[in-house]
Amino acid sequence: MYGYSGRILHIDLGEKTHWVEEKPEEWYKVYIGGVGMATRLCWENIEVGCDPYAPGNPVCFANGIFAGTPVPVGGKYGLASKSPLTGFIGDSLSGSWLCTAMKRAQWDGIVIHNASENWVHIFINDDRVEFLPAKDLLGLGTYETEEKIRDMFGDDQVRSATIGPSGENIVRFGNVTNDGRQAGRTGHGAVWGSKKLKAVSIRGTNGVTVADPETLLKMAFDITEAAQGPHTQKYRVYGTSTNMLNMNKLGLLPTRNYQEGVFEFADQVSGEYLDEHHKVKVIACTQCPIACEQMSLVKTGPFAGAMTGIEYECLQAVSSNCGIGDMRAAIRLIDVADKSGMDAMSMGVTISYSMECYERGVLKKEDFKCKASPDGIELNFGNGEGAVILAQMIRDREGIGDLLAEGTRRAAKAIDEERGTESYKWAMNIKGLETPGYDARALKTFALGLAVGTRGGCHNRSAAYDPDIKGVTNRFTVDGTRGLVASRSEEYAAVYDTLPMCKFIRRCFTGKADRAGAWPAIAKLINATTGWNFDYDDVDRIGVRSHTLKKAFNIREGWTEKDDDLPYRWKHEPMTKGPSAGHIVTEEELKYLKKIYYEAKGWTEEGLIPKKLLVELGMDDIAEEIGV
Amino acid sequence: MVASTSKFKYIVCDPELCIGCQLCEYICSYTKTGEFNSYRSRIRTVRVDEVLITAVACQTCENAPCVAACTRDALTQDPETGIIRIDPKKCDGCAWCIEACDFGAISINHETKLAEFCNQCEDIEGGPQCVKWCPKDALEYTTPDQRAQRTRHKLVESSLEFPTKAKDPR
Repeated sequence: MYGYSGRILHIDLGEKTHWVEEKPEEWYKVYIGGVGMATRLCWENIEVGCDPYAPGNPVCFANGIFAGTPVPVGGKYGLASKSPLTGFIGDSLSGSWLCTAMKRAQWDGIVIHNASENWVHIFINDDRVEFLPAKDLLGLGTYETEEKIRDMFGDDQVRSATIGPSGENIVRFGNVTNDGRQAGRTGHGAVWGSKKLKAVSIRGTNGVTVADPETLLKMAFDITEAAQGPHTQKYRVYGTSTNMLNMNKLGLLPTRNYQEGVFEFADQVSGEYLDEHHKVKVIACTQCPIACEQMSLVKTGPFAGAMTGIEYECLQAVSSNCGIGDMRAAIRLIDVADKSGMDAMSMGVTISYSMECYERGVLKKEDFKCKASPDGIELNFGNGEGAVILAQMIRDREGIGDLLAEGTRRAAKAIDEERGTESYKWAMNIKGLETPGYDARALKTFALGLAVGTRGGCHNRSAAYDPDIKGVTNRFTVDGTRGLVASRSEEYAAVYDTLPMCKFIRRCFTGKADRAGAWPAIAKLINATTGWNFDYDDVDRIGVRSHTLKKAFNIREGWTEKDDDLPYRWKHEPMTKGPSAGHIVTEEELKYLKKIYYEAKGWTEEGLIPKKLLVELGMDDIAEEIGV
Repeated sequence: MVASTSKFKYIVCDPELCIGCQLCEYICSYTKTGEFNSYRSRIRTVRVDEVLITAVACQTCENAPCVAACTRDALTQDPETGIIRIDPKKCDGCAWCIEACDFGAISINHETKLAEFCNQCEDIEGGPQCVKWCPKDALEYTTPDQRAQRTRHKLVESSLEFPTKAKDPR
């Protein structure tokens, strides 16, 4: 078998044992890798219905099909557990070097079961598994932890996935970091923290071979060349942060906790501003010829020295969304999140929720008392220094940070119960995961994509903002086509997330990003790697299967149609300014959109999956358990 | 970046341009072994910290210290090209050459227990494959003289107030 080793490594943190499971080639043809295979491993190994912090919730790594080869942007792995934020599938991707070490160690997947009594660092050295004490790593930031581990082994090719202080403190949106990249969303860091798992390091020394190296190298070279041209210019020059001004112009830039979609200081927190004043260098994940990561440094002011990679989603969450027009504070906020290992998107929206609570008198200055600010914080929108202190309070679970570390859904519930308030109305989350950087009130197809999303408020799994923004669909209205558009959009994204490949390469195969432009080339890459005989339909089915599988997982964990919902604000409070003012998604519209979406999927009215459909996709055992 | 002490051609990486994609490692190891494996690459990506990233291969030093350090006379330096050659019958993998190398550009193959060097793909048409594949043109196959010459050119160019030629859009 080329491209795979056929082996899944199981590790028990409680018993300190490990074993190997062998999988047949047919299994890989269905589940491929990335979030698809990771979700399948989670399906097979989870204790159904368990609390996300229970030992029965496994940590599931699944490698990419192209990891460890020169196939551009194929250097990614998937990570899945039940999400502490949503209670449903928590599936994330992360790029860079770790996946290549995993490939060379010849593990297609790694499943970590149970929980440890003491903090532990797992070292996978080709076939050997060691349980090392993690005492000396505790409290270290993500990057520091990795550096210390590599120094300990004296080998730069030992790559680690780690959690930082946020994960150790079980901040519900803590994440997992490797090589400066994150499996960012849905709270993997908290799951690791609950297991006392500080780091997983891998050293792999075996060479990687593919079925048809000649074809693979030729395609890789051509795609690498194409990736230096206009198709990726946006990512190479300014990175995704260039969206700040684009979204502002469309009136879709989350501003002051999604109260508005235009930000008067957008020019000062734009990708262009970042490029001129803060950018130090661009860097790439392994195998990536694009290099979108804009490493940015604060040179002056109270946050001088802060440095991290800046991209649109995190930037909008902590800048415009918090009313902050100071790029230096924004970089520092993302720096706090990245170094301490928490999701800067969820963190930003949690801070903006707190700011609105403060401005509406639900939270008072003295509620924010902490060591750094003993009298509390006047947490108005735009208070960058206050926001940084609050981020640190969340990281350390200090004072009210302990409550806010639970994310907006749980924090709002607790605050409203205690104070008789209605702050849930501005707690911006879907299924418990904080919303992304597009105001969906005036992006109706995307609103549907978000509402039905299997991992909650996520822009990565549904790309339905794309037809809305490009004018393929009318973004202000609802019609009968949207169910299919949203459905096809998430299945398209699921192909990339399951291979996995970074979506930024999508135009570099033939110049066209649509299925006809990309799938034949991807099929050819899969065949050159594995020796299989995949065609257009097989590639398309990767996405359908992967998405259906995630939905099946959620159904087994208790999902009902009521969970496909939007935040209160998007359903009731229109924006007052800019080109997207005046729009909301009404309850009737949402109900209709969901109905036509379930229809487009071939699911029941309640959003359940017919047995027949699951069997057709080759997932008979899943059909048996949750099919109707 | 430490400059080579060589009069020979060698492969050098500009840390300002290097993005850390490792494509040079993949392609080098494949060229030399038929497999993709960073451990077998003769050029190594170095990620010192979050932004300081570069790649290092044999710098073909004049009077190469690795040759002098070899206790078994297994290493010789080609007088024409400066490329280090190894006699596998003599090399016992003792790693003294690794310690002698100021650039960390030598590694030991753990299976064969032999030292491995960049040979600038001298046996391949088209020359060093890593240079050919580098997506950001960070790698250059060059000599110290050529680099010095370019530095002088750049200096003069940058002192001009008007552009004399169009910038490469890349």
